[in-house]
Amino acid sequence: MSEYFKPLPKPTAISEPFWSAARRHELMLQRCEQCKTFIYYPRPRCPECFSDRLKWEPVSGKGTVYSFTVVHRAATRMFADKPYVLAIVELDEGPRMTTNIVAPPESVKVGMRVVVEFDDVTPECTLVKFKPLEQ
Amino acid sequence: MSVKNKAAIIGIGELKPTKEPGNATPLSLMAQAGAMAIEDAGLEKRDIDGVLVGMAFGDPGILYPSAVCEVLGIRPRMLNQVDIGGASAAGMVWRAAAAIDAGMCQAVLCLTGDVNRLGEQRPPIISVAREFEWPYGNIGANCGYALIAQRHMYEYGTKPEQLAKIAVDQRKNALKNPLAFFNDKPLTIEDVLASPIICSPLHLYEIVSPMSGAAAFVMVGPEIARRAPHPPVWLLGAGESCSHSTITYARSLTESAIKESAKAAFEMAGLMPKDMNLICPYDCYTITVLITLEDAGFCKKGHGGPFVMEHDLSYEGDLPCNTHGGQLSFGQPGLAGGMSHVTEAARQLMGRAGERQVKNARFAFVNGNGGVMSEQTSIILERKS
Repeated sequence: MSEYFKPLPKPTAISEPFWSAARRHELMLQRCEQCKTFIYYPRPRCPECFSDRLKWEPVSGKGTVYSFTVVHRAATRMFADKPYVLAIVELDEGPRMTTNIVAPPESVKVGMRVVVEFDDVTPECTLVKFKPLEQ
Repeated sequence: MSVKNKAAIIGIGELKPTKEPGNATPLSLMAQAGAMAIEDAGLEKRDIDGVLVGMAFGDPGILYPSAVCEVLGIRPRMLNQVDIGGASAAGMVWRAAAAIDAGMCQAVLCLTGDVNRLGEQRPPIISVAREFEWPYGNIGANCGYALIAQRHMYEYGTKPEQLAKIAVDQRKNALKNPLAFFNDKPLTIEDVLASPIICSPLHLYEIVSPMSGAAAFVMVGPEIARRAPHPPVWLLGAGESCSHSTITYARSLTESAIKESAKAAFEMAGLMPKDMNLICPYDCYTITVLITLEDAGFCKKGHGGPFVMEHDLSYEGDLPCNTHGGQLSFGQPGLAGGMSHVTEAARQLMGRAGERQVKNARFAFVNGNGGVMSEQTSIILERKS
């Protein structure tokens, strides 16, 4: 495996369960036990009702492309190797995630159905990306 | 209680943005613009007893206002850093008015300036953005505004040529502004669409160019305003709102917090969008202007595209918009880019806009926008007859 030179997340006490689930190729989100809202990114309290009773739950990994951009000129050299698809995916459970779509850029459309695709970028880190859902 | 008619802008100072700052520092440029604004206001430095300053990306720090005051030799009774990105300058207008109205000070110097020596985009400062955005390449503002533009096109059928028209009309304005960086040749819709795509669907000429420069203005209460050498420009209405930090987690990509900030500003002023003689919406990108026109109520939601095609946004048009060229043609010297909308509105209302003067300009709408459509400050300014 060639050396990975892009920035990596530094998990915190709050977000660690999300990243360790990703390493196991599972998508888990916080869910508020009080108002039942699914939450992304991980928070210290529910941003809806402010409860601190948050539980980790597995989710479907399916969603829809809410918007995307093909980045031709990245703002940093770390991403300048080739154009990439930066996207906002709206999960079926509700929350939106910043992510990448692993597909030819010209095939990506707003509203297209996608499914999670785990990218083990280093032995310690798995990024949560998405790919087109085969219907 | 409100800040309506409590304070006025009486002096402005602004440097022409440059790509060659030499050995300038943000503080040296701020001092230069600040001195210009104080002189323009007909005041002495010792008259300034309040200072509001914006962060300089080229000299970021905490406890910055006292450093600025020490460098300038000002001993203020009120000082603060306004940290709402591109909305900072508009945000300073009502904060200065509120401080003056509360009796905390009498003459507030509002300052922004920066030096941009091109280099790598720095990692996000906010920890959650470093963790959840940066690894996927959501870095810098281009990506966020591209995501917004793409979604606007999907929801409302907005077309690239409609967005391009905004940059084209503003360039026409810049040709009459000696301070604008891009003021030497006109731009056509074809030019914009032929420029390289940076982040789809945004083209190079729809994106601000980072520069170095500074701007300042002085706000005072009624007593000092009466003695001002130029017609005072009064704050008539203000509103502020923030819906998110990272655009992914906003309630909508296409409907911004300008809906709330502009509504509050118009309500305080007791005016409607149609009453404005001049508008200065923040324009880091073409899509920013389009969404401001919609959310501030100049046209119906989703109709921004056809609206800009039907109206002439130039200084001699039916809806004069960013008559200084906007940041797209003026340049973006850090937060002084956002201040250029305030200084231009003041200049126009004072009747000092030269060849691009809007005739009989009385009311102006200014919108400041921070981050990726996150912080919004709307203000309405008036020149009393």
